[in-house]
Amino acid sequence: MDNIFSKSVKGRSGVDAGKVNEKAMEAIPASLRRAAESGLPELSELDVVRHFTVLSQKNFSVDTHFYPLGSCTMKYNPKANEAAAALPGFTGLHPYTALIDEEAAQGALEVIYDISRQLCEITGMKRFTTQPYAGAHGELLGILLTAAYHRKKGNNKKYIVVPESAHGTNPASAAVAGYTIITVAVDKEGGIDIDSLKEKMNDEVAGIMMTLPSTLGVFEKRISEVVAIAKKYDALMYYDGANLNAILGKLRPGDVGFDIVHINLHKTFSTPHGGGGPGSGVVGVSERLLDFLPVPVVAKDHTGRFILDYSVKNSIGQVASFFGNFGVILKAYTYILMLGREGLIDLSEKAVLNANYCMAKLKAFYDLPYDRVCMHEVVFTAKKQNAYGVHATDIAKALIDRGIHPPTIYFPLVVDEAIMIEPTETESKETMDFFIEAMKEIAGLAQTDPEKIKNAPVTTEISRPDETKAARDLKLTCF
Amino acid sequence: MAKFTPHTENEIKEMLSDIGAQSMGSLFSDIPGPLKPKSFNLPEGMTEYEALSRLTTLSASNETGRILFMGGGFYDHFIPAAVDAVSSRAEFYTAYTPYQPEASQGTLQAIFEYQTMIAKLTGLEVSNASLYDGGTAIYEAAAMAIRTNGRSRIIIDAGVNPVYRKILKTYVINQDVDIIEADLKDISTDREKITALLDEQAAALIVQTPNYFGIADDYTDLFKICDEKGITKIMVFYPMSLGVLKTPGEMGADIAVADGQSLGLPLSFGGPYLGIMVASKGYVRKMPGRIVGETLDRNKKKCYVLTLQAREQHIRREKATSNICSNQALCALRAVVYLSLMGKEGFRKISLLNLERASYLKEKLGAFTEVKPGATFNEFTVKLKGDAGEFVKKMEKKGYYAGIPASIYYPDKKNYLIIAATEKRTVVEIDNFAEAFKSAL
Repeated sequence: MDNIFSKSVKGRSGVDAGKVNEKAMEAIPASLRRAAESGLPELSELDVVRHFTVLSQKNFSVDTHFYPLGSCTMKYNPKANEAAAALPGFTGLHPYTALIDEEAAQGALEVIYDISRQLCEITGMKRFTTQPYAGAHGELLGILLTAAYHRKKGNNKKYIVVPESAHGTNPASAAVAGYTIITVAVDKEGGIDIDSLKEKMNDEVAGIMMTLPSTLGVFEKRISEVVAIAKKYDALMYYDGANLNAILGKLRPGDVGFDIVHINLHKTFSTPHGGGGPGSGVVGVSERLLDFLPVPVVAKDHTGRFILDYSVKNSIGQVASFFGNFGVILKAYTYILMLGREGLIDLSEKAVLNANYCMAKLKAFYDLPYDRVCMHEVVFTAKKQNAYGVHATDIAKALIDRGIHPPTIYFPLVVDEAIMIEPTETESKETMDFFIEAMKEIAGLAQTDPEKIKNAPVTTEISRPDETKAARDLKLTCF
Repeated sequence: MAKFTPHTENEIKEMLSDIGAQSMGSLFSDIPGPLKPKSFNLPEGMTEYEALSRLTTLSASNETGRILFMGGGFYDHFIPAAVDAVSSRAEFYTAYTPYQPEASQGTLQAIFEYQTMIAKLTGLEVSNASLYDGGTAIYEAAAMAIRTNGRSRIIIDAGVNPVYRKILKTYVINQDVDIIEADLKDISTDREKITALLDEQAAALIVQTPNYFGIADDYTDLFKICDEKGITKIMVFYPMSLGVLKTPGEMGADIAVADGQSLGLPLSFGGPYLGIMVASKGYVRKMPGRIVGETLDRNKKKCYVLTLQAREQHIRREKATSNICSNQALCALRAVVYLSLMGKEGFRKISLLNLERASYLKEKLGAFTEVKPGATFNEFTVKLKGDAGEFVKKMEKKGYYAGIPASIYYPDKKNYLIIAATEKRTVVEIDNFAEAFKSAL
């Protein structure tokens, strides 16, 4: 579709900015004024609305398509969440309001206080901060807290241990926080390799980052052993909450011995992904990290009023301008209120049920590297189809032709040709049956007519893009 | 209890039987018994009506009725209804990151157009798809500088938003990075102080205009010195001001970062906002975050993809240019829709209107209180006779958020009050505010 600049007509405008006195410009000296025009396009309101509405129709989304994107938890986002975040008492609230007068922001502070307490109960942690804007941002905060803890104790630590199945953000966040990464292999069952871990552990390990259930969609049966090993070396245990959707009411990271937990509210707690964000990566900590949390902490005084507490003894400072992505936090809060205890347990059960159902129905057709009960997602591979020259990416593109957003492919990296399916709990049996039939048909075609799969998609407006060209002949703006 | 799982009892039975599982419980048998939760005491679920009633009550207990003259980097701008309408399209907001380009051309093209508009607006060449917020964008810019010239000292002007400076300092607590803050001369950049700090050890200079006190400055001179010493020039800008003010590109900045809240995002108690990052071409491969590029499909048709992904964490892991994954894509969408609606002339006018209203207010207050000198855009500083914090409390009772007491971050400036007026403040509001101000002194 033509870009928006090509639709620009000189002299057209989408808003009436109101009356302005051109002389106002005299308030600033000529040397401070912009010389070049802004170059923004000139369009009517309808031009703009139509342009972007038509663009929206080129997307697959949860509201329009089944979206079993492993590791991303693309569940339905209840509309009540959106309604709550759009309430004028929240959208119109300036973040400085609480800083100059807590009294004037009691409702917002209560939301932060309340959801923090709910998340503590859900995860077994002692306190939460809502500052991190996304999962990776939560990871960074968690590792900075780890650093502050060791520094305070006078420990000399250099390394963070990460299993090779981890999300790329784990090693990247630890590196940004100043650590060197030690990678540990995965065993035959899909869990962290305990022998390899024991071999690589040393006194300079600051922490171990774990995803539970693992990114292979299976539970780490030996997690207690990992916790014991960490303890021996005074290393902190970090829980990557990307897969929390599988275990609500079934296991709490705090009970297991984790010190730091980040939760992707945009996964488990149903805030929409927005085409890549905004998310929220709230972080919970155990007792021994309370003194390092970012400030301000939202607390309740003896009269029941909500206040900002800056008295955290060894606070690391702050990682966000204010309280994080508050609008996102509101959506998660609404969701938790609606579901309550039973609803949260129910969602994890149905998420696991749906993933196991897909696994059971598809394992005769696709290679299953870890053939055991899965949690909320299942990892297949395209190995069987490789024999006919068909790869995971081809299967993904063929699914697009069938009106289904592809699963995550080529992740986790430890499995070649991975196809990672996370149906989520909000999808019905019919939807999954439709997907299962599509996957079977594709597996069949891979044998009988592989070219058809390799040419997919053919129903979309564009065929497969030349990504090499995109990176080689960089064109990053319309002009 | 509202519930979003569609399974009927019959379906559950059928599915369990297809799986070959005895019960739902058996699906969780991998979790060892001793690890079962010690407690899970959450309240019973609410109906949608009950939940929204509670949220409505909470929302109403925030005091948002007062008229806002408070900025500090986050402003009360008007948002055209069409911005909400477009960003409420579920095809946008319930989609994931556009890793599958054939199923995501809508998001990809919108981001591509966003990148273009940000480049145009700032006079620089390459924008990424967004970062979290203005403060984290500053860290990312500093990290780019360090990666580029291999030095580790960051010089930052104390006029840069203190909230952002706190974030920067927190990010580097476990890194061998030196942050040197150059104190202000009253409320303006101290050029002598900064010039003395610009040597071959410095990785980057970070300045902001308008600064936290509202002072608009031209940093061309300091940037020239940076060029001589191989220092990366980072400028923090206020998007709304670029309708009238000199751009980062025109001043010679290498990297410009901003919080994009002013481009169609509600205040929402601090987020979600939008981290803007734009740079000159030479920095593109050092940039953090997602970037959309144009290419051709198999039929030679123009299309868009996420490009230069080899910089990113999902490919490079610990060697990535940043750990960022989720960004603020929907906020970037709002910004591109906002800028499209405003258009060339509308944006210039709105920007000018901010200048006009704030200048008017400045003049009004200047008649009876000490306004700090210097060119400003839509925010300026006054020095009161007494404590600005107490004054603000007094003004609250009169129905105003009168500004930000500078002492929140600059303890030596107890009587300084930073006041903003956007295009939303009418002449009548400003007149009434000035009167209330005078009577509260």
